[in-house]
Amino acid sequence: MAESIPVEEHHGDPAGDHGHHEMSFVSKYVFPLDHKIIAMQYLFTGMFMALIGGFFSYVFRMQLAFPGMEVPGWGVVSPADYNALVTNHGTIMIFWVAMPVLIAAFGNYLIPLMIGADDMVFPKINRLSYQVFLVSAIVILGAFFVEGGAFGGAWTAYPPLSTKAEYNLTGLGSTLWITAVFLEFVAFLLGGINFIVTCMNSRAPGMKMWDIPMVVWMIVIASILFMLSVGPLLAGGIMMIFDQNLGTAFFDPDRGGDPILWQHLFWFFGHPEVYVVLLPAVGIVADVMTTFSRKKLFGYKTVLYTAIGTGVLSFTVWAHHQFIAGIDPRMANVFTVTTLLISVPIAEMLFVYIATLYGGSITLTTPMLWALAFIFEFLIGGITGIFLGASGNDIYMHDTYFVLAHFHYTFYPIAIIGTYAGFTYWFPKMFGKMMNDTLGKLHFWLTIIPFNLIFLPLFVLGASGQHRRIYDFTNYPELAQPWQQDLRILASVSLCVMLGAQVLFFYNVITSWMSGKKAEKNPWKANSLEWTADSPPPHGNWPEGLPNCYRGPYEYSHPDREEDYWPQNEPA
Amino acid sequence: MSEMPIATTRSAAGMPTARLAVWWIIASEIVIFGGVLGSYIMHRLAHGIWADYAANTNTEIGLINTFVLLTSSLAAVLAHQAAERGDGQRAANLLYATTGGGLVFLCIKGYEWSYEISHGMTITANTFWSFYYTAAGIHALHVIAGMILMVITAGWAKKNEHLHRVEIIGVYWHFVDVVWIFLFPLLYIAK
Amino acid sequence: MILDSLLPATASTYAADIDQLFDVITLLVMLPFSVACYLFFSFIFRFRAKDGEKAMYITGTEHRYMKWIHRAHYPVLTFDLIIVVMAVNVWYDVKQDLPEKESEVRVIAQQWAWTFVHPGLDNTLGTADDITKVNELHVSKDTLYHFKLESLDVLHNFSVPVFRLKQDAIPGRVITGWFEPTVTGEHDIQCAEICGIGHGLMPARIKIKGAAEYAKWVERESALALARHMEETSQPLEIAQR
Repeated sequence: MAESIPVEEHHGDPAGDHGHHEMSFVSKYVFPLDHKIIAMQYLFTGMFMALIGGFFSYVFRMQLAFPGMEVPGWGVVSPADYNALVTNHGTIMIFWVAMPVLIAAFGNYLIPLMIGADDMVFPKINRLSYQVFLVSAIVILGAFFVEGGAFGGAWTAYPPLSTKAEYNLTGLGSTLWITAVFLEFVAFLLGGINFIVTCMNSRAPGMKMWDIPMVVWMIVIASILFMLSVGPLLAGGIMMIFDQNLGTAFFDPDRGGDPILWQHLFWFFGHPEVYVVLLPAVGIVADVMTTFSRKKLFGYKTVLYTAIGTGVLSFTVWAHHQFIAGIDPRMANVFTVTTLLISVPIAEMLFVYIATLYGGSITLTTPMLWALAFIFEFLIGGITGIFLGASGNDIYMHDTYFVLAHFHYTFYPIAIIGTYAGFTYWFPKMFGKMMNDTLGKLHFWLTIIPFNLIFLPLFVLGASGQHRRIYDFTNYPELAQPWQQDLRILASVSLCVMLGAQVLFFYNVITSWMSGKKAEKNPWKANSLEWTADSPPPHGNWPEGLPNCYRGPYEYSHPDREEDYWPQNEPA
Repeated sequence: MSEMPIATTRSAAGMPTARLAVWWIIASEIVIFGGVLGSYIMHRLAHGIWADYAANTNTEIGLINTFVLLTSSLAAVLAHQAAERGDGQRAANLLYATTGGGLVFLCIKGYEWSYEISHGMTITANTFWSFYYTAAGIHALHVIAGMILMVITAGWAKKNEHLHRVEIIGVYWHFVDVVWIFLFPLLYIAK
Repeated sequence: MILDSLLPATASTYAADIDQLFDVITLLVMLPFSVACYLFFSFIFRFRAKDGEKAMYITGTEHRYMKWIHRAHYPVLTFDLIIVVMAVNVWYDVKQDLPEKESEVRVIAQQWAWTFVHPGLDNTLGTADDITKVNELHVSKDTLYHFKLESLDVLHNFSVPVFRLKQDAIPGRVITGWFEPTVTGEHDIQCAEICGIGHGLMPARIKIKGAAEYAKWVERESALALARHMEETSQPLEIAQR
């Protein structure tokens, strides 16, 4: 079907259609239509939010390690502060860091470039999506400055705590929280429609379904998962806003409502959401890994089917977050089975990735280190999930630090390691300069080692019975033993080291951008179409005419060829 | 038109970009309404007493509104046919007629709601009424959004511009219609 | 096992079952994890780039490579099955099955304290000699208790790590569960569901006593409770006892 695209579209100067007017700074960078600039807006907003989320984690980790201390940069952490910090750390890191960076920034940047299009299909909707997102970011941060302070009822916002001001004591803060989340979802619905339609309709002539690079596939599947799971929570968000402000009783048990309803609506979205952010990272890793092992992706369709299988299964597991929340205990058995079934496609995906390394010619560049670290760390995140999916064991583990360490071992590889893999890999394309590899590797090790030292101790603490969201463990004799406090201090100090190491990253980005070695079009000798455009690509991506596609993106080390790569746009 | 990227004009999936997009929008809308109605049905099954509350809804008015919406959908279909023929003026007039149908729907709804509210059946009266106003309210917002888009599309159609958008807005309007077809029995008929 | 040293002391009949489940899961996931890690790191080392050597061209559809991926599923599925069976088994015992009670206790959660209502000498709740304690739960060793868990405001979670017991408290509902203490001692009770600003400030203690000691405690406390009750209602003792 793809071949049916008329060739006439190449007549004239494609970029000239919308590119050759001189644009003012404002229209180019503040209200851009170019997908690359919008991607940068998402990327930098996401990074800014990551700094805030990271700062929050620093403040509350210091409080946990040294209870009652005056934390430099914040002051004494009150219980209200602590709750607001953990709540917003979680919310921001997932909705304002992982989503905008992995889906929106990489999606916007890569989809048109990788499928050989000049832009997204709806540039104006794309711009609107970012603007709504920006407003949502301002709203969530603004909540810290209103009367009563920011919402502190955890990122899951279970009612009645979240709906009644007399319980949470942050009346306005909770409304702003749910409003911000609601707006963020709207932004991603707008963006998601763009991603899906662009990928379905605007592929380069000759690019068939199985020729699409994995990262594009994954972002599209993630967008579809998002669109199909977020609806109930949007509905729930409206109900919550009404409960908070109009006095309805959707979630109020005293007046005929049901607080568990929110949990179902939240987790029906919340679990697929894990895969919404996981899949783009998995896609990035596939592209990085094949390039630096000069190998074809082992079982392209297998990876795709496991991703779709995981996505479908992810709609059937949500109640494993609610085993002990008062749902019918018989339901737990069903959800234990579905949850453990997810281990099958995910294990297959990881096997296939490891198999891709077999027989390769591996160079450990910075992006490759990040991609390999993703596989290893996510493996740990995956296996520890089995402890929690097994209902019997979850009776004990639920809501302990074991859960916290488990999902940080999944979300951290996704949101941070996956992002660094993608960012360092596509940096030459995005900014036209090579990154300093030595600094990059130093930054890698100074991030990865402390990361493990933060969360491995938290597994141990969780197993010893330490529960989440408690701001001072010295009130509990069994949690205040010296060895436990030592582990807490180890985790907190490691966190400070890790956060400090990020200065290296920003230093590297800025110096490489300013004075790095100029990047060629295709510095990594990779196959996919974005590497045939200039670095950085101009508005319209290929002013000389959009590329055609002749083969899949992973034809590395083909036996019939002298060179070990075979660009997608090279005629046979 | 000069602003449009080449990407928008391609159709590797064999369907025009705008039509593809509107189907995906509808897919995401279905789960939003699915969330509201699913929650409503779960509550309804758990609370037998809701049947007594539901007895106070006005089935006749609901029926009239169903009729009004269906008629306006018919006008949207005719507008699409006119647009296919290239008759922009007629398509525009039919779109205005559709918008008028939406307006009548909203007026009837406004009358109905003000009657109910003045008789104590407010959104906070109990959870049935909360669902009643929330579900129908979200639907009404979609009607209003559809009407605004329809007037804009009619403006283009009058000048014979973007005639393919007549179909797109029509598809959306049918969806709004179908949502009402689900709301009507759930909120009005089930007593 | 060594792993048990990670977990806190055990003090209920089913704690050992949950610990055993934990051990089995650890063992079963560590096996494939070690194999995966071994392959992962050995591939990275073995297939590092060497001059003049080209990578292999493997599509991943060849049977001779793909069969290894398929074979890897058998252990994964087997382990899944073992874990599911064991987990469901433990779950059934703790959460679905409700053995005959020997005594009972009411647990009332609120922002931010626990109230425990113990039965008095008559061993039934809802009578005048009920012993009400704040943030202190007194139980007798080797007695099977039913707890009736309620919440007055928001969600809370009644968590007793040494029992391996955890249950959300939901306003508007009374949730019944059970436990049977097996060793005497004093341990923490935590709230395991965020419940507002004071969430970290509602620690309670569970005091497990031997049967004789507990009987003495009940005798003393229920007499006090009765006396207090009489003072408040100024009813004769006999009526109140009925």
